[in-house]
Amino acid sequence: MAEKPRIRLPKQAGKGEVVEIKTLIAHVMESGQRKDPSGKIVPRKIIKRFACAFNGKPVFECELEPAIAANPYLQFSVKVEESGVFAFTWTDDDGAVITAEEKITVA
Amino acid sequence: MRFISRRDALRLIPGLTALVWSGTIERSQATPAEATTEIGRFTGGRTADPGKIALDLPEIAENGNSVTLAFDIDHPMTPERHVTEVLVVADSNPSPRVATFRFTPMSGRAAAATRIRLAGTQVVSVLAKTSDGKLFVAQRQVKVTVGGCGG
Repeated sequence: MAEKPRIRLPKQAGKGEVVEIKTLIAHVMESGQRKDPSGKIVPRKIIKRFACAFNGKPVFECELEPAIAANPYLQFSVKVEESGVFAFTWTDDDGAVITAEEKITVA
Repeated sequence: MRFISRRDALRLIPGLTALVWSGTIERSQATPAEATTEIGRFTGGRTADPGKIALDLPEIAENGNSVTLAFDIDHPMTPERHVTEVLVVADSNPSPRVATFRFTPMSGRAAAATRIRLAGTQVVSVLAKTSDGKLFVAQRQVKVTVGGCGG
């Protein structure tokens, strides 16, 4: 949890360009379906929601289920018309929210 | 978790695909009922068109714990006409829902990729909804050598 999410996107883009963003966050994504050696079900703990906003406007969102692999990776696109800041949020089952920001310059 | 044998499952795929394509959401023996219900909830019982979603999934996944899934939908992304929501369903996972993606015109492209868990060999469906009321579907069977749900 303490690890910083990894985000990859271009630093610069042309106006109206569709840029690709890749994100990866370290998380167990415990499905709640596994049993520990004593036969008890390991409680579910996953990132249930990811969202990306650009300059405050929501762009992309994903609801994740236990069927998403550990250390959830997400790749998506955004069309940028102006310079600005991307805000990323990951929401955990336990309510914890991890956030990150990245800037992009649009020429 | 296995409701039908693999041989039966393979035999049923063409029929299953036709069922989903024709928008028939009645309970069928081909798909585990929960997956059918999820798909029905998404489409509202309407017909989903094939051919618009380019779905990238391996034919054979050695490790069901992490299978790369990518899709790209051939549809405009303008404020008037854009893809709004995409649902991924795996019909033989303990829980069929895999992920729901929501797009906006600012997405520019209705494409995304992630890594999913597959409990065994099964059919993965990707369904998309657009702002102008269209429904698209793509399906692919993935053979899984090692299941990904701790079973």
